[in-house]
Amino acid sequence: MSRAEQALVELRHVTCAYRTGDGPALVDVDLEVAPGQFTGVVGPSGSGKTTLLRVVTGTVPLSAGSVVRRRGLRVAYVPQVETVNWSFPVTVAECVLMARTSGRRLPWPSRAERAEVAAVLDRLELGDLGERHIRELSGGQQQRMFVARALLGRPELLLLDEPTSGVDVRTRHEVLHLLDDLNGDGLAIVLTTHDLNGIAAHLPHLVCLNKQVLGSGAPRDVLTPAVLERTYGSTMDVLEHGGMPIVVDQYQPSNVVKMRRASGS
Amino acid sequence: MSELLRPFEFEFFRNGLMVATVAGALCGLIGVYVVLKGMSYIGHGLSHAIFGGFAASALLGVNFLLGAGVWGVASALMVNGVTRRRVIGADAAIGVITTASFALGLALFAVFGRAGRSFDAALFGSILGVSTADVWAVVAVAAVAAAVVFFAYRPLLFATFDPDVAEVSGVSTSRIDALLMLVLALSIVATMQVLGVTLIAATLVIPATVARMLTNSFGRMLVLATGIGALCGFFGMNLSYHLDVQSGPTIVLVGAALFAVVFAATGVRGRRRVAHFDAHAAPATLTATGPAVHR
Repeated sequence: MSRAEQALVELRHVTCAYRTGDGPALVDVDLEVAPGQFTGVVGPSGSGKTTLLRVVTGTVPLSAGSVVRRRGLRVAYVPQVETVNWSFPVTVAECVLMARTSGRRLPWPSRAERAEVAAVLDRLELGDLGERHIRELSGGQQQRMFVARALLGRPELLLLDEPTSGVDVRTRHEVLHLLDDLNGDGLAIVLTTHDLNGIAAHLPHLVCLNKQVLGSGAPRDVLTPAVLERTYGSTMDVLEHGGMPIVVDQYQPSNVVKMRRASGS
Repeated sequence: MSELLRPFEFEFFRNGLMVATVAGALCGLIGVYVVLKGMSYIGHGLSHAIFGGFAASALLGVNFLLGAGVWGVASALMVNGVTRRRVIGADAAIGVITTASFALGLALFAVFGRAGRSFDAALFGSILGVSTADVWAVVAVAAVAAAVVFFAYRPLLFATFDPDVAEVSGVSTSRIDALLMLVLALSIVATMQVLGVTLIAATLVIPATVARMLTNSFGRMLVLATGIGALCGFFGMNLSYHLDVQSGPTIVLVGAALFAVVFAATGVRGRRRVAHFDAHAAPATLTATGPAVHR
């Protein structure tokens, strides 16, 4: 198998649990990420989406199973913007430069590094904002700044945790267009999302997760009432619009009662 | 003028002034990381924990810097280890470990008497006992801290701002945190003689907080906090002599006064920044449809 065909990351029967005693976060998960793949991971809150990304990055110990990464794989991770300390005293350029922690030891950037930061900021339409404080950016600009930081490390695999959480429709489109462009350049992408219609339905490949993988494939094959009910524990209708599936939540009082019973509250 | 310069005739004052200025710069520098990691309480806790080592070294007759240093580093690493498990919060871990160490120090003094250096000096600081060796010790620790911050600037910044992503990017955050704790413990041991355990926390927090109000850049905040700490130490020590008040409280009060002035002066600027941010927020639109990225 050539390097171009070899999977970037392969999860084999992965089970992992945190020490909080809440039970396993992931159970017997198999997943393969190929070069150039663009995958979305969907599932309810607490289904293990973020843990799955952390397993791929190698920052979570496994209880069982294994993770095989291609030798020398460069992975970049974009966190949820909700977890960021926006009061931290750091400018956009300083934040992007954080990706360069190895090699040069001096605090200030070299001329070449400054040029690289300027180039990546220009590419993501943040060229004039390098000296701004990170809090002074809009939601879409903040997300692009973290993507810029990730790109500075020249990754082969980009992981994004809820990249469109809490942003408006226009920003969501900006982010999706940007990721589509990056994927078109050959970058493999795995993102987690709660947005079934705005994000998941537009992606080429989806994984439905609720502790374990309950569906994997193209949105048309995965966003079905049966798979969604297994994943979310709630009945949903799936319509079709312009060749894409549209998920419609069936809100009924009986569903709410069923979900409450399932969660034990 | 001659009255202002008179204390410089005394060696003890020149030593004390040198230690206070360098110690202020050192605490200002390290305080940036302490404040930004949301661990302001650790300065307070660790300085108390080191008091246990101070008591033990006095009673055992070993060198104060060595005994308190070993004790402080051990306490800092214990706090770091407990905090990294994420089962117990940093505040609780600091509270348990450092207060236990402080209590042990008090118990040792109670049982075996107050041998060695004075009890009050350890608590509130004093320049009277500062020797040339103490000056060199503080300068050496400051040089080590400056070297660590200079050469580990990038991983320290990344691990302080975003530890999860830093870990993914190849930064060993456990090592970086341990390194920071080590430098913090050494800084507290070195500055305890002048500032006292009860006031070290303020010299860690005040310069960094004042600097934060003056800049949005991390690099500039480090430089500013170091300079502010040094200035507070220098002017506080001079005031201490002329007002005949202990050095620790005077240095802290100079810092607190500076904080009040900067807080009042930057209030308007802070509000302007918020207005500036609002002007750049992207407007919401509900008309467009998302792009399909099927291949």
